[in-house]
Parts: sequence; C-alpha cells; structure tokens
Amino acid sequence: MRARVLIRPKAGILDPQGQTVERALPALGFEGVSNVHVGRLVELDLDDPSQLDAMCERLLTNPLIEDYEIQA
Amino acid sequence: MKFGVVRFPGSCDEVDALLAARRVGDAELLWYADHDLRGADAVIVPGGFSYGDYLRVGAIARFAPVMEEVELFARSGGPVLGICNGFQVLCEAGLLPGALLPNTSLRFLCRQVGLAVVNADTAWTRACSAGDALSIPVKHTTGRYYAPDPVLDELEANGQVVFRYAPGENPNGSLRDIAGVANVAGNVVGLMPHPEHAVDPLTGSEDGLAVFRSVVGALV
Repeated sequence: MRARVLIRPKAGILDPQGQTVERALPALGFEGVSNVHVGRLVELDLDDPSQLDAMCERLLTNPLIEDYEIQA
Repeated sequence: MKFGVVRFPGSCDEVDALLAARRVGDAELLWYADHDLRGADAVIVPGGFSYGDYLRVGAIARFAPVMEEVELFARSGGPVLGICNGFQVLCEAGLLPGALLPNTSLRFLCRQVGLAVVNADTAWTRACSAGDALSIPVKHTTGRYYAPDPVLDELEANGQVVFRYAPGENPNGSLRDIAGVANVAGNVVGLMPHPEHAVDPLTGSEDGLAVFRSVVGALV
C-alpha cells in the first residue's frame, strides 16, 4: 500500500521557518494568514502498514520535537 | 591512551579531531561500517554532515554499525564526546538528552564564541574549572539546543549543563544558552562549538585543548 506521513514541528516549539513564510506572504499581498508551520512529507509504499508507527517513532520522526500524522 | 574518531559518510571534521586528540594521546579513525572501536579508550563523534543531514541531522548516522559499539561503550561508562554533528548524533541515539533544531536565524553561522564551563566534573571538562571562559568557534545551521522545560530543569539540577554561551553570545537561539550537555554519569558529553578547531594559536585560540586533556586526566 501507499502511505504518507506528515511530520510537523511540535506545538510550542519555535518554528522560524514557519514564521519566515508567515512574514513573507503579506509582502506578496496575501493577507490574513497566521499559524504557518513548515514540516516534511514522507511518502512510501509498504507491505505491512502495521509497522508504520514503529517506523515513525524510530526513524522518520524525532518524537521529542515532531508530531506525525499517517495518511494511509 | 587512545582516542577513536568516527568517520561517517559526510563527516568533515574527523581529521581535525584526530589531530587535536594526537596533541594529548594516540588517535585513529573508526570506520562507520565496522563494529569495531579498535581498542579506543575514548571515542569522538565528530562534526560534519553525516549522510548529508538527510531526513534530520544525525538521524541516519545514529543507526550506523559503529554506533552500536559506541552505545555499548558509552553505557558501560566509556568517555564519548560528540562535537556539532556528533552532538546531534548522540542526541538522536538517546545517549544525550534533548535535540538540536535549526538556528533561529535559519542561517549557517561560522564565528568564534565565548563559552562558560558550567560543570567541570565530567570526563571531558576535568581539566577546566567551573566558570572558566573559553573561546571556541561554532559553525553550524542546526545548533539550537532544545529540550522541554521540565527536562531543562532536571539537567540544571543534575549538573548536566556542561557549557553555556557567554551572555549575549548565544548564536542560535539555544534554550537557556546551552552549548553543551552531558549524560547523568558525565562520561558522555556533546557540544555545538568545535574544540578541535581551537588547539593552536595560529587559529586564534588553544582553549579547546582542555577538552581533550580532560579525558586523558580522567583515564589516568
């Protein structure tokens, strides 16, 4: 099966990438944008989806600083 | 007394670490793919961009074969030092608390910084005194030390904060100005600044030598 893992900086941790993008948008005329966060997307084909959580905890994310969401 | 300096694909400071270690003892390189520390009495995980920093800094190097040996060595009390990328690798491996995040400026920084030695009772700071001021370069993009507040409180209470940036010199947004930390036992230390680049007056400072001298003293 195909799966996607969305990885985000944990809430409350300073996210300078998100802040920089948030500041850049109004400069281009896009107003009313807030709470911008920049994360990563991992897409993968795998035989056994029950292993996905373990993959995320061990390698794909650092649970101390990141949250993840699996979209199967 | 022999140092082993790990070389990963993408390491770039392993030779400087080797040369710095040779000022105080013997030293040789350890190949990332070998399950072998070659009888080293102390291990240095050096700076660089192991595995191209792919996925997350240190995330892949942490699973390299040599790291299994480094983990066993560290958990049995062997002295291990992580410098810059090596610090990131040791955090990913769970040998040190916390994580390193992108600098708040999102820029690569390369500059001399002032450090204070906070805990002079670790394997890698015994040749220093608490409060010593060291001048050592930093050069990194991902050096903002982070741990949740309760963990930071615990680190401070346990003396696990080993180095702090001097007031006003925190280059990367590290919480509580933390530049380096230790494990509870004090045998594993990691720091973002590069003591191996500060061992000769030619490059402006010899303050980094104390780190290498410390471990020699600790083992004798």
